[in-house]
Amino acid sequence: MAEVREVVFPGKFLDERKGRKVYNGAYLEGEKVFAKVLGIPRMNENEIDVIPLKGIYLPIIGDKVIGVISSVEISGWLVDINSPYVAFMPVSESVEEFVDSRADISRYFDIGQIVFCRVSKVTRNKTVQVSMRSMGSRKLYGGVIVKVSPSKIPRLIGKGGSMIKLIKTKTGCDIYTGQNGVVWIRGDNKAKAIEAILTVERESHIIGLTEKIEKMFGE
Amino acid sequence: MGKTDKELIVNGKRLDGRELEELRPIEMKIDVVSSANGSAMVKFGRTTAIASVRGPRELYPKFLQESETGILRCRYNMAPFSVDERKSPGPDRRSVEISKVMKAALGPALFLEDFPKITVDVFVEIIQADGSTRVTGINAASLALATAGIPMKDLVVACSVGKINGKLILDLNALEDNNSEADVAFAMMPSKDLVTLLQMDGVLSKEELMELLNLARSACKKIYEMQQNVILNKYR
Repeated sequence: MAEVREVVFPGKFLDERKGRKVYNGAYLEGEKVFAKVLGIPRMNENEIDVIPLKGIYLPIIGDKVIGVISSVEISGWLVDINSPYVAFMPVSESVEEFVDSRADISRYFDIGQIVFCRVSKVTRNKTVQVSMRSMGSRKLYGGVIVKVSPSKIPRLIGKGGSMIKLIKTKTGCDIYTGQNGVVWIRGDNKAKAIEAILTVERESHIIGLTEKIEKMFGE
Repeated sequence: MGKTDKELIVNGKRLDGRELEELRPIEMKIDVVSSANGSAMVKFGRTTAIASVRGPRELYPKFLQESETGILRCRYNMAPFSVDERKSPGPDRRSVEISKVMKAALGPALFLEDFPKITVDVFVEIIQADGSTRVTGINAASLALATAGIPMKDLVVACSVGKINGKLILDLNALEDNNSEADVAFAMMPSKDLVTLLQMDGVLSKEELMELLNLARSACKKIYEMQQNVILNKYR
């Protein structure tokens, strides 16, 4: 049996706070810190958090996400970012050239097209805006989309990108990962890549997962 | 299972052979509905509840949206075949009330303010009813919420207690429920020692009620451990 990480459930007492920062996966009651979600605890001298095993994507400013254009409006687009909150992408944040206000903007982005963009604004009651004005933002042509749990994306990328690099080199696919749990894959060998990605998602709490994935490609 | 003239407690034991303060055999399972975000099945003896959680997801109609917080919606439903005589399907006065009660029992445990404008939907189906269905449903729902990754203060644990022939008993089945002098549905967050549901039907003295609450508290601690184990075993 593979060695697994410790899993905590909501309400589990983690530790005394001792001046550390408490992140969103945990909550504070007096000086005591409890787990808020089912997940893997992360505690060190600076922070206390629980990485959820499951859950939805809640947009945070600066996140690089993959979205699908769901509707064309007068001055921008509505983008489905795999979250209960729909994001708005204004023309001014996404098109370089001058656009006449009477023009049909579907010639820039149309329904169903996939964009790799950045979350630029989130208000307190979760009105979300995304922008293409950042490094690496682009439209993604062709390919397929795979949805995984957003909390598994850091594991899928791995330390310094080791896991995603492994999958990219072994399958020869172009892969983009959005922090909203959407993974975009293009290439001939995409079936193998999807299999690997879903394995990472399913078994992210197992220690030594990189070796397992390597073995998977070795066969 | 209606009224009976039978003696329900014989020689200090109940008709199904249990001690007065003994739970029925409890079985719990998680992830039984693969398409849901989280789900659980809980059995208290023959009473079987399946809970499934969808969301947090977009909330329509839009006038239900709250801009400062998310909302919780609960639906309790008994299958037509769950009881001895056929129950006519669909919501009725009783299930609407229990849905509301479940919402009140689960709500305090959730961090709904993390999800403004959206909803968490909990569906509880009773597929076999043999008393204490609402507490079985609450236990299943809280497991389903936890496995769906919803932020919670603690798991919610529930059990029922009551009084028959002047004796205080734990975990009533349908026959006992229908012939009891009093029955109490009880739910709590064990690690915080906070009560989230307390309903009573019948007549009890203050001392009896306090004794029953202590009984329910200690039973909830046992069920709480079972809930923890079923979650932790999944990731072992």
